[in-house]
Amino acid sequence: MPELLSVKNLKIEATSYPPGEPPKVVTLVEGVSFDVQKGKVLGLIGESGAGKSTIGLSALAYGRGGARITGGEVLLNGRDILKLDRSGINTVRGAHVCYVAQSAAAAFNPAHKLGDQVIEASLRHGLMSREEAKKRALYLFRVLGLPNPETFGDRYPHQVSGGQLQRAMTAMALCPNPELIVFDEPTTALDVTTQIDVLAAIKHAIEETHTAALYITHDLAVVAQISDDIMVLRHGKTVEYGTTKQVIEAPKEDYTRALVSVRQAKRDEATDQSGTLLKIERVHAGYANGFKVLHDVSMHLPKGQTLAIVGESGSGKSTLARVITGLLPPSEGRITFDGKELPKALKGRTNDELRRVQMIYQMADTAMNPRQTVRDIIGRPLSFYFSMHGAKKTERVKELLDQIEMGPRFLDRYPAELSGGQKQRVAIARALAAKPELILCDEPTSALDPLVAEGILNLLLRLQEETAVSYVFITHDIAIVRAIADSVAVMHRGRLVRFGPKSKVLSPPFDDYTDLLLKSVPEMEIGWLEKVLKTRRMESAGN
Amino acid sequence: MESGPITGPVLTDGTAGETHPRPADLSGVPATPNPAAGTGAIGGTFWRRFVFRRPLAALVLQRLGLSVGLLFAVSLMIFGGIEALPGDFATTYLGQSATPQAVENIRKDLGLDRPWSERYLNWLGGAVQGDFGTSWASKNSVSEQIGNRLGNSLFLAFFAALISVPLAVGLGMLAVQFRNRMPDKIINVISLAAISLPEFFIGYLLIMFFAVKWGVATFPATVYDSMSFIERLSAIALPVATLVLVVLAHMMRMTRAAILNVMSSAYVETAELKGLGMFRIIARHAAPNAVAPVINVIALNLAYLVVGVVVVEVVFVYPGMGQYMVDAVTVRDMPVVQACGLIFAAFYIFLNMAADILAILANPRLRHPR
Amino acid sequence: MNLRSIPLSAWVGIAGIAITILCAIFAPVIAPYGERDVVGDIWLPAGGDFLLGTDNLGRDLFSRLVYGARTTIFVALAATVLSFSLGMILSFAAAVMGGFVDQLFSRFNDLMMAIPTLIFALVVLAVLPQHLWILILVMAVLDSTRVFRIGRAVALDVAVMEFVEAARLRGEGSLWIIFREILPNTLSPLLAEFGLRFAFSILFLSTLSFLGLGIQPPAADWGGMVKDNKDGIIFGISAALIPGAAIATLAICVNLVVDWLMKRTSSLKGGRGDA
Repeated sequence: MPELLSVKNLKIEATSYPPGEPPKVVTLVEGVSFDVQKGKVLGLIGESGAGKSTIGLSALAYGRGGARITGGEVLLNGRDILKLDRSGINTVRGAHVCYVAQSAAAAFNPAHKLGDQVIEASLRHGLMSREEAKKRALYLFRVLGLPNPETFGDRYPHQVSGGQLQRAMTAMALCPNPELIVFDEPTTALDVTTQIDVLAAIKHAIEETHTAALYITHDLAVVAQISDDIMVLRHGKTVEYGTTKQVIEAPKEDYTRALVSVRQAKRDEATDQSGTLLKIERVHAGYANGFKVLHDVSMHLPKGQTLAIVGESGSGKSTLARVITGLLPPSEGRITFDGKELPKALKGRTNDELRRVQMIYQMADTAMNPRQTVRDIIGRPLSFYFSMHGAKKTERVKELLDQIEMGPRFLDRYPAELSGGQKQRVAIARALAAKPELILCDEPTSALDPLVAEGILNLLLRLQEETAVSYVFITHDIAIVRAIADSVAVMHRGRLVRFGPKSKVLSPPFDDYTDLLLKSVPEMEIGWLEKVLKTRRMESAGN
Repeated sequence: MESGPITGPVLTDGTAGETHPRPADLSGVPATPNPAAGTGAIGGTFWRRFVFRRPLAALVLQRLGLSVGLLFAVSLMIFGGIEALPGDFATTYLGQSATPQAVENIRKDLGLDRPWSERYLNWLGGAVQGDFGTSWASKNSVSEQIGNRLGNSLFLAFFAALISVPLAVGLGMLAVQFRNRMPDKIINVISLAAISLPEFFIGYLLIMFFAVKWGVATFPATVYDSMSFIERLSAIALPVATLVLVVLAHMMRMTRAAILNVMSSAYVETAELKGLGMFRIIARHAAPNAVAPVINVIALNLAYLVVGVVVVEVVFVYPGMGQYMVDAVTVRDMPVVQACGLIFAAFYIFLNMAADILAILANPRLRHPR
Repeated sequence: MNLRSIPLSAWVGIAGIAITILCAIFAPVIAPYGERDVVGDIWLPAGGDFLLGTDNLGRDLFSRLVYGARTTIFVALAATVLSFSLGMILSFAAAVMGGFVDQLFSRFNDLMMAIPTLIFALVVLAVLPQHLWILILVMAVLDSTRVFRIGRAVALDVAVMEFVEAARLRGEGSLWIIFREILPNTLSPLLAEFGLRFAFSILFLSTLSFLGLGIQPPAADWGGMVKDNKDGIIFGISAALIPGAAIATLAICVNLVVDWLMKRTSSLKGGRGDA
């Protein structure tokens, strides 16, 4: 069988303009080669900066933001599309190869109806008449499971939900009957329960239409469900390239092995339920404009243990953290810390009460003052709470840096000079500096690459063993819950759905929402998607 | 940010930039702007229902109401604020050496002995009907004087706009087309220099060369009633050119920024990846979204133009509102100053409101509510 | 930051500003004649005894230009510093206190900005007596509305960042939060804004003086010099254009520096700080 797409020895460069320095050329991708056969799916996987999107766009001979393809060949049906002129490339783009972006919300033009945008490429390339194109769009809307497919195309992008937009984008890519579609992290921005629907819709649609695809993602478990082959990338180079079965079940490279096993960690829960540190009782909270976010939420956390609060966006889990810190005083209910009721508002709390509860944020970038050095960032709680100064303070900062496995050479660095994982570690050190009894972790790993995230989780676990600190860990990721939690609270639309020890919460019998949530988390197992869909279909048939 | 027109009044309700903690949307849909926000005291179930059913009309009405309120507040400021300032008109009018008796007489004469609230209401009532009282200096009706001169000023501003708007938009698009290449860089440097030139400098420079050295234009730019249209046009050629140069650089830089913003958006990339031609991308995908910001730029610059005429009229001795006002200020002829101030402010507020409303109308999210 | 990273255009701007400031400081040393001395015939051409010729009263144009730099820079700078302090204090107060104070300040600011600056100045100067400090005050108050708006926006931008929240959670006081957390992060855009306001002040002062409402004769000031000599234009005498060119050059120089500062600010903003 001839190759549909054959990429040979690809090299992509870009010019970067660091402030205050002469521009320099950086290599984004080097020596990457792969083939895609008709109707097959190749998964491109890697961390941020691995060059996977850049490679995907090269199939459309497109360089984003100043990236230039400077070497190699991109053969589409044996013809090198890099050698085509502008009008030649335009006959390929949108007709033979189509693109699905990560953020459909930004990629759709807000000024036009969805239907018009979906059929535009087919019409402009003269592939079908308006009637035919509309018919095909309708068919695709149905295949992708969009609501009211007949009238869906009459709506504007802002009138439909994020998951629907992502499916509409897939319809837009499939409409001209292309031979190849490039999916660029199409489900990354979605909630897990939405992600699985979109994933299933995409898989179903490309199978139905026999379209080949490049599927780009950072999530190996997702790509395992949809691709025939997988290429693992790192720093713009190929790490491993093989069939999905081989890469998932028998990875050859250490890096791939680490990626495969990254989400497998599990921990037994602590059984000791005595000595409650934090108790949340019947808390209601809302914003000044009258919008109520939390309804009657109660939970508690024993000393030295970890409580994971799980939920999707809009579940109120971050709001609960704001309530605990005092940033958002609850309208009803009370919060008890170490046997004493905490004043509701931040202003009413003493410095010692503030010291005992510290917080770690999702975005370490914005959580640290970019104009302060690591020394200042970690040192401030020391001088603020413990009046530590001079050499003593420096000594302690160095100790803390050792504790987060970073060392004294980072003392005078600014946050901008640190990697994402290092920043999060400094944020942890800042929290530790206050010698807290409770640390609130608001999705501290979700912006990080999987291996880096695992390092942070292990660090948090080790610190808990060393200092007996308790964590409230807010997350949307069930795998993290399995890895670190002692007790679990599941939240949905501002209400507590389920609370208890991890072993109880994560085992049947389930309520509907927890069931849906647990089944939506992709697992590193080929055929998992089909299995879940089968049980789901049975459920909907039973309803 | 440039120093000129963009820093016009904001007619928003001030919620921009405030930190309303917005609850994350369940479905991940971008939250629609809440049209009811900021209606404040107007409240009422009828209004609320109206806002819900016709958010667009409600927003436009709100902007209109806000502008009327603003104009009212401005009138209060121009009249009452001045009363609050130190200095007595009568004394200023007669000079420091006047006898108390003379001051008393003049106060009576000008009506300054009545309480200011009464005078304000009189003045406002007259102003609404187009009557601004009589000038202290010439004892003529202010409205009559302004009638003629306003027409002249608008004539000038209209032609300046007629030339500068298409030119600015065209040059802005040219700069985008050649982004970061030579033509763009040249346009950038020239426009940066142009926004730094004071109006009177440009004016005298043009007079020096076109009127004095080469004799191709007339100076001063006097116009009178018996002039033919063509004669008028040739008289205003230089003042119009000055205004165009003043406003062009600003408008062009802002147009460039607005178009560049749209061209770097994800949906233009999508269009490009659909294999559409450049023309189609610009006409169908960029233009509908660039129209609103560009219209906004134009309206703001027209508001700037209103102010620009003041200096240009003085330079060219052109019988317009601006010159009238400056003359009145030097002789402290308050009725004229207040009338001119109010009219200038009204134009400024109106144009800023127009910019706001056009931006609302061009927003598809508001035009097609869910 | 190193000196080599400053582009040529910014160097030109810095040089121009430096020369003007030197002229202003050492005016009596540099100027060959006195500020108000009539030294020759009116409107003598440039060259000979008088480097740039003489003005409408027969005073040396070059000397007046040098002394004029003094007045122009002093008044413009004083007005800018004053407007900046006023605008910054009020805007930071509004941003940090929020609520009623913020609403009051912001609404009043909107009202002030609803009247074009020049028109506002004309109305106010028609009433007030003519004094140098009154002129500075009027310019400062009118200009502070712009500073208020940008200051409030910048402060709010930073105030919602998580590191400010973290400081609040730590229990830090308002002063620490303003001076140690917010201010260092707003310096760059504010510095650029200061330059912009300064350039605007120079132009505004010159315009007022040109209209006869700014600095009063016989003190030399660039806008006033244009006014003094404007009648010569019809006779082909370019005496009015020289101070005009001086104003334009200084404003261009300031803008060149501002342009560089703003580019620097935007490149510092890079990264993932958009959350």
